[in-house]
Amino acid sequence: MLRFVLRRLASGAGLVLVITTIAYALLYAGGGDIARRILGQNASQEQVAQKAANLGLDRPLWEQYTDWLGQAVTGEFGRSWFNGQLVTTSVTGRLAVTLSLVLGATLVAAAIAVVLGVLAAVRRGWIDRFVQFVSVLGFAVPGFLLALGLVLLFAINLGLFRATGYTPITTSFTGWLASVTLPIAALSISAIAAVAQQVRGSVIDALHRDYVRTLRSRGLGFRRVVFKHVLRNAGGPALAVLAVQFIGLLGGAVIVEQVFAIPGLGQLAVQATTSGDIPIVMGLVLATAVVVVVVNLVIDVLQAALNPKVRLS
Amino acid sequence: MSEASNPALETPSAVVAKVSLFRRLLRNPTAVAALGFLAVVAVVAVAGSFIAPRDPNLASLQDILRPPGSEYLLGTDGSGRDVLSRLLVATQISIAAAMLALAVALVIGVAGGLLAGYYGRWFDTVSTWLTSLIMALPGIVVLLAARSVLGPSVWLSMAIFGVLLSPAFFRLVYAAVTAVRNELYVDAARVSGLGDGRIIGRHILSVVRAPITIQSAIVTGIAIAIQSGLEFLGLGDLSVPTWGSMLNEGFDNIYREPLLMLWPALAIALTTIALTLFANVMRDEMERTGAKSRRRRKGRDHRPDTSRRRDHPDNPDHTARPEQARHPVVEHPDDPRDADGGLGEDLLRIEDLRVGYHQADGGVAGVVHGIDLRVRRGEVHGLIGESGSGKTQTAFAVLGLLPDGGRVLGGAIRFGGAELAGAGERDYLRVRGRKIGYIPQEPMSNLDPAFTVGSQLVEPLRVTLGLGKKDAVERALALLDRVGIPEPRRTFAAYPHEISGGMAQRVLIAGAVSTDPELLIADEPTTALDVTVQAEVLDLLRDLQEERNMGLLLVTHNFGVVADLCDRVSVMQDGRIVETGPVRAIFRAAEHQYTRSLLEAILDDGEPRGALVRADVKGGVR
Amino acid sequence: MTAEPLLDVRDLDVVYPGKGFRASGFRALNGVSLDILENETVGLVGESGSGKTTLGRAVLGLAPVTAGRIEYRGRDIAHLSRRERRALSSEIQVVFQDPYSSLSPAMTIEQILAEPLTAGGTEGKTARARVAGLLDAVHLPADAGSRLPREFSGGQRQRIAIARALALDPKLIICDEPVSALDLSTQARVLDLFIEIQERNGVAYLFISHDLAVVRHISHRVAVMYRGEIVESGDGDQVTAHPDHPYTQRLLMAAPVPDPDRQEQRRADRHRLLAAQAEADEQAGAAIGIG
Repeated sequence: MLRFVLRRLASGAGLVLVITTIAYALLYAGGGDIARRILGQNASQEQVAQKAANLGLDRPLWEQYTDWLGQAVTGEFGRSWFNGQLVTTSVTGRLAVTLSLVLGATLVAAAIAVVLGVLAAVRRGWIDRFVQFVSVLGFAVPGFLLALGLVLLFAINLGLFRATGYTPITTSFTGWLASVTLPIAALSISAIAAVAQQVRGSVIDALHRDYVRTLRSRGLGFRRVVFKHVLRNAGGPALAVLAVQFIGLLGGAVIVEQVFAIPGLGQLAVQATTSGDIPIVMGLVLATAVVVVVVNLVIDVLQAALNPKVRLS
Repeated sequence: MSEASNPALETPSAVVAKVSLFRRLLRNPTAVAALGFLAVVAVVAVAGSFIAPRDPNLASLQDILRPPGSEYLLGTDGSGRDVLSRLLVATQISIAAAMLALAVALVIGVAGGLLAGYYGRWFDTVSTWLTSLIMALPGIVVLLAARSVLGPSVWLSMAIFGVLLSPAFFRLVYAAVTAVRNELYVDAARVSGLGDGRIIGRHILSVVRAPITIQSAIVTGIAIAIQSGLEFLGLGDLSVPTWGSMLNEGFDNIYREPLLMLWPALAIALTTIALTLFANVMRDEMERTGAKSRRRRKGRDHRPDTSRRRDHPDNPDHTARPEQARHPVVEHPDDPRDADGGLGEDLLRIEDLRVGYHQADGGVAGVVHGIDLRVRRGEVHGLIGESGSGKTQTAFAVLGLLPDGGRVLGGAIRFGGAELAGAGERDYLRVRGRKIGYIPQEPMSNLDPAFTVGSQLVEPLRVTLGLGKKDAVERALALLDRVGIPEPRRTFAAYPHEISGGMAQRVLIAGAVSTDPELLIADEPTTALDVTVQAEVLDLLRDLQEERNMGLLLVTHNFGVVADLCDRVSVMQDGRIVETGPVRAIFRAAEHQYTRSLLEAILDDGEPRGALVRADVKGGVR
Repeated sequence: MTAEPLLDVRDLDVVYPGKGFRASGFRALNGVSLDILENETVGLVGESGSGKTTLGRAVLGLAPVTAGRIEYRGRDIAHLSRRERRALSSEIQVVFQDPYSSLSPAMTIEQILAEPLTAGGTEGKTARARVAGLLDAVHLPADAGSRLPREFSGGQRQRIAIARALALDPKLIICDEPVSALDLSTQARVLDLFIEIQERNGVAYLFISHDLAVVRHISHRVAVMYRGEIVESGDGDQVTAHPDHPYTQRLLMAAPVPDPDRQEQRRADRHRLLAAQAEADEQAGAAIGIG
């Protein structure tokens, strides 16, 4: 098991390295005249050259990259070109907010989806049709539209939740809860749809396996077989979908945060993108890549715990 | 045999199968509604800028935030622009952008998937790795990064998004191609002299066409969602109206005029819903047709194929069969040799058992049509028949484990004083495992792959016999030893995929007898095994049956197995028992025509073909 | 002086490459030699994993030959290019075991049967006429051509597969367990069809099966495979009724006879044989596992 984890960690680290390399190459080489963009059209040629030299942009690309990488390894990612803030500080602060949203939405989605999916698979009938219907809607309607709808309905018309803003969990738990409830709801619905659909499918599939009949023939009750054997076998595919959903939610949060004016990665990303603040963009890419790699690792380990074939191969 | 006029060719199932998928979609109201809406969107997307009543970008300061009315059908926005005109033009641009993403994704994904799937090797490794790289980042983060260097262009960002979406097609096509590549019909095509291009085009693309259509609908929906999301963030090109940028504007005026958000939101939501519904309905329709052939091939699903029954009276491979009217069962008297063989009282008594399956059209298709059968203590009763004769269904009915949709329609199943026909789960829990054991056909698929062999033996012991953990483990180990597993402890701790098929079948036999049942039901217990392993398993079954004096109901199609184990035999054909009696009477003095035809088809001990006789070969055999 | 064989396999090795870099491959065939004369049926018997299917696939060019020769009419065909292999399609054909996956589900019977013909350059009209003849040859109704494979039973599908194999009028057909997925009575009929075609068209079969009785029924000569090697070969009757090799003896004794009394006898014989072989092994000091 340890070897399995280490191997996965190594391949994850490799993936992060490749992603940052590609991102660096594209961002710095593809951007054209970066210094000009920062200074604006009115700056003189000398000013632009001066700026480029200050930022080290006049050196060969690979030199810039090895520099960046060397510093990155020590946890130093440079400063924003616009407000001079450390990339590390601005990104990590925002990351915590976004992660609390995305993890919250993932957990909510997993819990609800498993219940709905299992019920739909085992009971069939109306509950199955209901889950199918909700899945189609949840899958089809983009999360930010749902977010807008929720804001309109609950926050503006009913006044039940705060429409916008964010209270850190360290300040007030109830305040935090009030500020994240609607965003989490908006985010999780599509994930619920996708995961419930998968759980339903893989539970139905597992229910038709021969070993279910054989286990029942040995005197084990249907419920016991479902909860112990069917769920465990159906868990693998469901986890895989959950991992994909997590990555999707991370992206979805960028937009949903904007609707609810939550100071997370999304806001930072939009600011950095519009202004062309490449160190920040680079930090964001790196942060999401690391989060994704870690999540995939966790899911892989869970998969291996569920499925001996994965573990032993 | 094959008469000229052939009513079987026109059976309903054959006709349904030929109707194209598209035609069937048009019969589904949901699909029609979704396709209808998408057609409207498509028309607007083509004609949008021509039918727009005004210039979508013409701002009029006097007309800011006008409500819907006769002058402005949908009102005006915060800059005094006509909402309807903007909506029409926005549809054009949003759909075109989504189509661009789709086209890029399709070209890259399908071509890559075909090449990687068909040729494999390094191309396979590289592209699979690239896909996981692309899938490792949320699309929107990549798009934001790209936008920060490339600037706000709808087309550029959608082209990039197309690349990001291409794994969806790549995976689909790749999986389909690798599955198909190993199909025998592709091998057959290769042996027939077909070139690669022709094989891909004819045999592989035809398989992935429908899944690609489904995936395209889904991908288009995602592209629309992401693109409008980007525009909504204000990261889009402000010079052209899109659904997302209209939404952005509406959001700015959310307190003053919430209605402004409604139109683009509706456009986005309805389009994505229509696309998803279309994909869903199409998938359902495909599964409905694909299920049958897939099921038959895997042989895993034990639901009987009720459609096949009456389709092939012209089948040259079918033996002549008796009239469907209830034929008297040929019953041979007990063999006097068995009387003193210690046969005990009746364990299982089946009377006029009928089993059927619910059909989609609400009817019930019968698979067992009123059979009588009894198994006595200490007796091995063979139930023999060809595929589809209902022998396995009879076994499942006794166990109360008929697959979905199947149920006992009538008759009695008496087991040790209890009536099992139509009994509920609670009643069956007192019988299954405790008094009736079951040995399945396929050794591997009947063990849960996620649990060790040992835990699957221990769990029922603890539940049914209430043993403590230590006792149960000990007993399980003893059982493994008893069924001839050389290293019980190692097998106990192994996972099913780590043991051979023969071992797995021994484990299943150990499980079936673990709770000392009075009756064992074995469904083709040696069919999946090699002949040498079969002989050993038959020996084991005989020993266990004699040692424990169990009744054994043995379902099989193999007369050799019957001859080896059985005391009595019942021959089944088309859901009926046609002949029953002691094993020697059946082999030596079969009376029913069907039994005789089966016995005649046996090849064992037949004349050998003999050496090749050729004039020009002298002693050609080495 | 023996007539030149149609197919002559000499010292054939097949090693399937392992997955990953360092994994050593799986040796499926180890120095296998076998020959088939024109119009002859050679039966190939073995249990799962014995390599019998691999041998068939190697002859068809579907398995990686690592050493040895496969000569067809005196020409080595073990390492042909795809183009050369395609040219050979009118000489060597195949009938697979699984009648459900060996026919493309989306094509009509006529398309399936005409495909090898049109691929070889036959005109559509001529091909259609030939299809009718092929259906007749395997005793299927002429109007079967417009139907899809799923509308046919297992036995009928196997007839279609045979018709496809016959389309190019080959001289050798590799039959890979062609009747083992079929019901008993269907099995006998399809075997008779094979024999009938052989006698009429003059074609040789490499007939692969796990069932001694089936092989005995159809083969002129029989070879027995065990763990990638041919352990015994010779006259059909002799190999299937009075084998010399201990493995073939075990195989023969393991197959139950469809008669209660004679099976009792065979069971006893089998136990005696196993005991004797175990004793012989012990004496030879060789520890060869059984099963």
